[in-house]
Amino acid sequence: MLGSYSEAEYGDFQRRLILLRIGLLLVVALLALRLWHLQIREGAYYRDLSENNRTRQVLMEPARGLIYDRHGVLLANNVPSFSLYVVLDEVKNREALIEKLSDLLELDPAFIRKKLGGKGGKLLPRKIKDRLTLRDAVLIESHRLDLPGVMIQVESQRNYPGGVTASHLLGYVGEVSAEQLEKPEFSDLHQGSIVGQYGIEKSFDRYMRGQAGSKQVEVDAHGHEKKAVVVEKPQAGNDLYLTIDVRLQKFAEELLGREYGAIVALDPTNGDILAMASRPAFDPNVLSRELTPKQWVEIVQDEGRPLNNRASQGQYPPGSTFKVPMAVAALESKTVSPFSTVSCNGGYQFGNRIFRDWKATGHGAVNLHSALVHSCDVYFYTVGQRMGIDLMAEFGKEFGLGQSTGVDLPSERTGIMPSTAWKKKVKKEPWLPGETISVAIGQGYVTVTPLQMANLIATVANDGVNYRPRLVLAVMDRITGNLQELPAVPRGKINAKPETFRLIKEALADVVKVGTATRAKSSVVTIGGKTGTAQVAALRTGSQESIPKKFRDHAWFIAFAPVESPKIAVAVLVEHMGHGGSAAAPLAKEVIEAYFKLNEGQSAGATDASAAERVGATSEPL
Amino acid sequence: MIDRMTEARGFDAFDLRYIGLIAAILGIGLLSIHSVTHDQEGGIAPYYLKQLAWIGVGTLAFIVMWAWDYHTIARLAYPAYAIVLFLLVFVLFEGRTSKGAQRWIALGPFSFQPSEFAKLVLILVLAQYYSKAPRVGWLQRVIVPGLLMLPGLLLILKQPDLGSGLSFVAVYAAMLLMVGVRSQALGIALLFSVMLFPFVWEGAWGALHDYQRQRIMAFVDPSYDPSGKGYHALQSRIAIGSGELMGKGLFGGTQSQLKFLPEGHTDFVFAVYAEEWGFVGVLVLLALFVSLIWLSLDIASKAKDQLGALLAVGIVSMLCFCIVVNIGMTAGMFPIVGIPLPLVSYGGSATIMSMASLGLLLNVKRRRLSLFY
Repeated sequence: MLGSYSEAEYGDFQRRLILLRIGLLLVVALLALRLWHLQIREGAYYRDLSENNRTRQVLMEPARGLIYDRHGVLLANNVPSFSLYVVLDEVKNREALIEKLSDLLELDPAFIRKKLGGKGGKLLPRKIKDRLTLRDAVLIESHRLDLPGVMIQVESQRNYPGGVTASHLLGYVGEVSAEQLEKPEFSDLHQGSIVGQYGIEKSFDRYMRGQAGSKQVEVDAHGHEKKAVVVEKPQAGNDLYLTIDVRLQKFAEELLGREYGAIVALDPTNGDILAMASRPAFDPNVLSRELTPKQWVEIVQDEGRPLNNRASQGQYPPGSTFKVPMAVAALESKTVSPFSTVSCNGGYQFGNRIFRDWKATGHGAVNLHSALVHSCDVYFYTVGQRMGIDLMAEFGKEFGLGQSTGVDLPSERTGIMPSTAWKKKVKKEPWLPGETISVAIGQGYVTVTPLQMANLIATVANDGVNYRPRLVLAVMDRITGNLQELPAVPRGKINAKPETFRLIKEALADVVKVGTATRAKSSVVTIGGKTGTAQVAALRTGSQESIPKKFRDHAWFIAFAPVESPKIAVAVLVEHMGHGGSAAAPLAKEVIEAYFKLNEGQSAGATDASAAERVGATSEPL
Repeated sequence: MIDRMTEARGFDAFDLRYIGLIAAILGIGLLSIHSVTHDQEGGIAPYYLKQLAWIGVGTLAFIVMWAWDYHTIARLAYPAYAIVLFLLVFVLFEGRTSKGAQRWIALGPFSFQPSEFAKLVLILVLAQYYSKAPRVGWLQRVIVPGLLMLPGLLLILKQPDLGSGLSFVAVYAAMLLMVGVRSQALGIALLFSVMLFPFVWEGAWGALHDYQRQRIMAFVDPSYDPSGKGYHALQSRIAIGSGELMGKGLFGGTQSQLKFLPEGHTDFVFAVYAEEWGFVGVLVLLALFVSLIWLSLDIASKAKDQLGALLAVGIVSMLCFCIVVNIGMTAGMFPIVGIPLPLVSYGGSATIMSMASLGLLLNVKRRRLSLFY
């Protein structure tokens, strides 16, 4: 026979196989017996259980972390809200129900019909409307007997007590999307989870998200909860303390009023964003709700693009504010000395073209100081021409232009710091010498965001030491109660002599004292700054008032104060308001004065007290 | 002599019956998977379509395992075992964790479970071991095969995957009973004790308090019923029991449709089926399984050599074990261990492995010589 398969073993094996068959039949018979016991003998009992005593596991949503400003003023919290659900299985006459509901709640019947027609089994509750008013909720509850299958559920709703205040900063929340759920960072979420979709709500979502818990719920045949046992408690998300002072934020927003624009205020010594206003704004309370397609289209197609955070996403030519980094570059590259002069007669001839100065009669002989104070274009045309675009780009990059500031907000734009390499790469064309001259006064290809300019002037104010602009001061762990302070993030130092910054700051102080920005002169504090006017239309024909508003220039002002030891740096941009000196400079002055008035009570030393102390002293008990 | 006997045959009526049974069981599985998942998102495609794709891959595996001479396949047993052990080590470090156990290796959008494939490889290893040379003495017959099994078993238990670990031991025990242990009396005694173990177990297990069971189960398998309170077992019993004689009909199972029953498409698919098709449906499915095993045992008894017979017995016992334990646990007879119902539960690795095993069985039959009949 074969190998080890002996005759005796073979017989043995066959006998064992027969035993195996017998054993198998026995076991299957026992299984069948057990199933007969469950399904036939006790079937009615289990059917009863399945119909009347349904227990199911229900997720418990975690409470999202709260957001406070630097002094503990509440900016975002959660409030209970009523949502209306319908369980189709219990609805006898669907059309009659639709009619009744549309009567009671003044809803479009087609809207309700659509909501009822969604995917899912007949037993899964469908959400018809959220954020019911108390009146509506009571109305529905009182008609409950006429409305079988209708349930009112209390849910947590994100709430922004300030409405439009700081809306671009805070952002809004919404249901996690199908695409998001596919990504690993959302793997702990499920359909219907609420996540941040914009602003800090989005960039700090993982801090505030918390962790869902679950409970076992016994429901009766109508889906009403009878008894609930918490299996795993949901864990609340962590709270954030922002760097902004909501009073200053509000003040800045009101200054902008109905104009389109942005105001950014920074603490130059650590990069704290004290205020970041952008107008027009939106109401995050509305966007955190389920929007109708019509509402959504209205917001997206709004010409003012209210969802756009102009402070970090708006890209504008810097205009003459660009002369500040230009001046640093000119001195550091030894293109000019503080004393060398350029003669300005109102124009600069390059080839057969004449670049005009804003002052047609010219400034006469100007040095660096007077060129900044009076914003002489010809001086910077000359300097720019001598430096060349690539050297300008090098210094522009040192100041963070053309790159992200690293602020913790989604979709920050970088603006453009052009260079020969940039033009070759992006425009596929060689750089033209005349273009250098436009860039020298902040026109042409160069674009910046107000946040970048605030950061730039803060760096100058701080003698070249730069911090990443930051929005979150501290995170409060809801479980341990620990307050974790986030450190300021240094981003390096601009390689320039202290003498250079001293000269430029002197000139910027004179801009306000006697130069183009006398309207920013303050009786409260010394201010240094630079005006800018960003051309929108290529040709200037006639006065600004005579052309349609959408072609008028943007007004810029970047400033810091006090000049002696700067505590605040501000960038103001107002769209289509013409000259920086008249439209933007007064706003910057108001913001700076407001800042010092708000912090009046504190001595110079107290403003340096640790963030935790301030937060701890003023935050509300949790 | 061997060469003459290994000539392969084509399909016959037996094969058609055999394949028909497999198809019927797979069909029941697809229907139940679709029923319980039709209103949930399954990622790239609905679950039943994904399962259909797995069945497609399984069919390929079936054909390969059927066409290739099983002697050649068995010669690859040890290298294959080495690979499986490597994968099991790999999964401990790099594996994907789900529900508290680290069992999966991610392959792009898919993930596979090496412990499923380990079962089939173990059958090959043990069959190859026993048929290679006459094994004499208890050391060669019992201890050495046990040592062969041990590293795989320990790695699987480390994941932890109690279900696969138990199937691993079951395969070893079945091999031992069929050829390892000489004495007939001992063999029969062992065979019966293994078969009756579930019912003895029920008596012993049933006598324990809930919290005692919880403690034991939490010790051996942390992924077991994390919410406690016997939720899983109770919901499964309610699902089966409420199906009564005729069932609630397709898509009519309230337990599964309302998500009272977790894992309705995987380990607890039998409860879904029993709820929707009732006792009648249950008897049909049991009859299909018994017929399939009956035919498989025919193959074992008519295998032309010891290797073939051992392969057949190993595969049959593994299938039997999974079927009995899965149905037993959903019906509340045993504690809940994660063992899928072969050919019915949703899952790529298990489906492919079951179909490959059945292909190998048919391979054994195809190369048999009508020497004994």
